[in-house]
Amino acid sequence: MESLAIYAPRLVTTKEYLASGHRACSGCGEVLAVRLTCKALGRNVIIVNATGCMEIVSSQLPYTSWEVPWIHTLFENTAAVASGIEAGIKVLSRKGGYSQKTKVVAMAGDGGTMDIGLQALSGALERGHNFIYICYDNEAYMNTGIQRSSATPFGASTTTSPAGKISIGQTSWKKNMPAIAAAHDIPYVATACTSYPFDLMNKVKKAMKVEGPAYIHVLSVCPTGWRLPSDLTIKAGRLAVETGVFPLYEIEAGKYTLNFDFPQLRPVEDYLKLQGRFRHLSKEVVAQIQERVKAEYAKLKRKVIQGS
Amino acid sequence: MATKRIGMEGSFAIAEAVKLANADVVAAYPITPQTHIVERLAELVANGELNAEYIPVESEHSAMSACLGSSAVGARTFTATAGQGLELMHEVLYVASSLRLPIVMTVANRALSGPLSVWGDHSDVMATRDCGWIQIFAENVQQVFDLVLCAFHIAEDPSVLFPTMVHVDGFHLSHVIESLYLLEQEEVDKFLPKYHHPYALNPDKPVTIGAFGPPNIYTETKKPQDIALRASKKVILQVWRKFSELTGRYYSPVESYKAKDADVLLLVMGSFSETAMMAIDKMREEGQKVGLIRLRLWRPFPFDEFRQAVAQAQLLIVLDRALSFGGPTGPVCSEIQAALYPLETRPKIISFVGGLGGRDISVPTFEDIIRRGMAKAKQGRLDELEMIEVRE
Ligand SMILES: Cc1ncc(C[n+]2csc(CCOP(=O)(O)OP(=O)(O)O)c2C)c(N)n1
Repeated sequence: MESLAIYAPRLVTTKEYLASGHRACSGCGEVLAVRLTCKALGRNVIIVNATGCMEIVSSQLPYTSWEVPWIHTLFENTAAVASGIEAGIKVLSRKGGYSQKTKVVAMAGDGGTMDIGLQALSGALERGHNFIYICYDNEAYMNTGIQRSSATPFGASTTTSPAGKISIGQTSWKKNMPAIAAAHDIPYVATACTSYPFDLMNKVKKAMKVEGPAYIHVLSVCPTGWRLPSDLTIKAGRLAVETGVFPLYEIEAGKYTLNFDFPQLRPVEDYLKLQGRFRHLSKEVVAQIQERVKAEYAKLKRKVIQGS
Repeated sequence: MATKRIGMEGSFAIAEAVKLANADVVAAYPITPQTHIVERLAELVANGELNAEYIPVESEHSAMSACLGSSAVGARTFTATAGQGLELMHEVLYVASSLRLPIVMTVANRALSGPLSVWGDHSDVMATRDCGWIQIFAENVQQVFDLVLCAFHIAEDPSVLFPTMVHVDGFHLSHVIESLYLLEQEEVDKFLPKYHHPYALNPDKPVTIGAFGPPNIYTETKKPQDIALRASKKVILQVWRKFSELTGRYYSPVESYKAKDADVLLLVMGSFSETAMMAIDKMREEGQKVGLIRLRLWRPFPFDEFRQAVAQAQLLIVLDRALSFGGPTGPVCSEIQAALYPLETRPKIISFVGGLGGRDISVPTFEDIIRRGMAKAKQGRLDELEMIEVRE
């Protein structure tokens, strides 16, 4: 199956590697993204999970939702643990103590990836371990109660970047993590979103074939943290892409491809107005965000046209 | 058995033990005075003399984290660190012991900043006292080699599965060249069983490792951990016995020197014990009934052996190479007091702190410590912590 996108959804496996009964909030985009990821990965994987929502909702003792080998240790060390597993498999295979070609997959939230775990991730990417790292970006520290991270968008109100009489909420622009990953000259970088499930699964499948590090950044809508009705998760993700706020693209050996191009981007307001975290924004700030999104999208398109 | 004695630096002897143990993964980050260990291991891997994956991680936090991963997938795993590096690993150390991952680590004991000091003391060890690792102290290069080899055996025993630290005084042991007996590969292969983790990560038998524990279950995970760590002493003794059968070199949790009939005992840990022995010899020549206790096994604390070793003494003088700021005494002495408190009859205990940040303790100073300890005991000054040789 080369490209899942051109086949009917019923070709996707009905096998679940992340069992139901976990404790995610209703409408959780992150858990959906992980479930789809696992379908694409199949059984021959070892998953390393950072502390955060996913670990908490899926592993409460004495239960587990995981049908594949899974390890959680700490918040900031996911890429390093994955390094050790990958190296362990490599040497044991060489010495005859391990007989399959298992893919090591690290998973972390935006905080575990872009803030506290950035050093460990950079180290693992630079060393060139053969693994996939997936950042499930819900744009804040959701597990601990919606605190801002470096992935929180400009103007969003969180519990540690609250909108107030003299503050618009988050005052910095979202850190460009895929670009940071790509700066390590790794073979594969992609962005994805649960609202585009086949594209997401396709990218996971591609990453599996890569020899060396692959990085996938998945926008994972969080109704709880974004102050959004839980039945609008998929819609919000679509709008993030259609407004150009979160474009879906790949960087393969340095070459950029835009997977969904919108010559006419929808106004960012369509996206922002769905979410309580942006409710307080003035027209001026919305306009400022619109300008920024346009400029970033144009920058990305230039890279696509230039090829790198 | 290798009968030829050869001269070797402590760090190289450690690397030699790791090579003979045929470790699968070494993940390490350099820090003085541990550097020679990891440099030597990198060299052994680069020359194909050790068939291992060497992960040159970007920090000690990642070193220990990578060790979690490699150990969990069933690879024999080694690392080494010191001082600040051990502190940077701190939170990961607890995970290693709680997940029952038998990583072996040597710590080239180093003082902690600030001020920055690359030299030896036991501040780094004491800060990791309660992290659930087996902790063993070595006193000379032969012991370093022997105890690292034994550490793999102990840690990986299916009834133990606890990570194990071998403490090696920075510079005083890591950097000295001493003569030692090595072992042949065939001997080590016979001594050391293959590592097999019963719950290793493998797609054929999926396991969940490191699940989250709510209040209704956390305590139930901790009690068995403590029971198992205490029970590991039995295996430690077995492994050391097995090792003595192979080499004739015997190790025990509490080592004594001229202690049997001694009224006054001095307690030290690590490489300073050899200097302390010379002080004991001198005072014995003068007719003083003094002896030495060396605590080899720091965790699990060897209560029975320790209580027995000091049972006959009237005075026990404890030298700590670390401070517990604002605490009752030095950290080792506090433990000793706690270990002896429940006994009806016990020696009086006097606490000294010295040898901080690489400062040497000479034979005359050890004699002085013992004499002053005796005088203080006579005067009833038992509740004082005294730092020795501090310039005012
Ligand atoms: C060293 C450390 N610091 C802080 C925490 C507390 N903590 C646990 S999860 C978390 C936030 C997780 O956020 P993110 O990585 O974005 O994942 P999410 O929960 O949003 O999926 C924090 C701050 C911790 N567990 N460890």
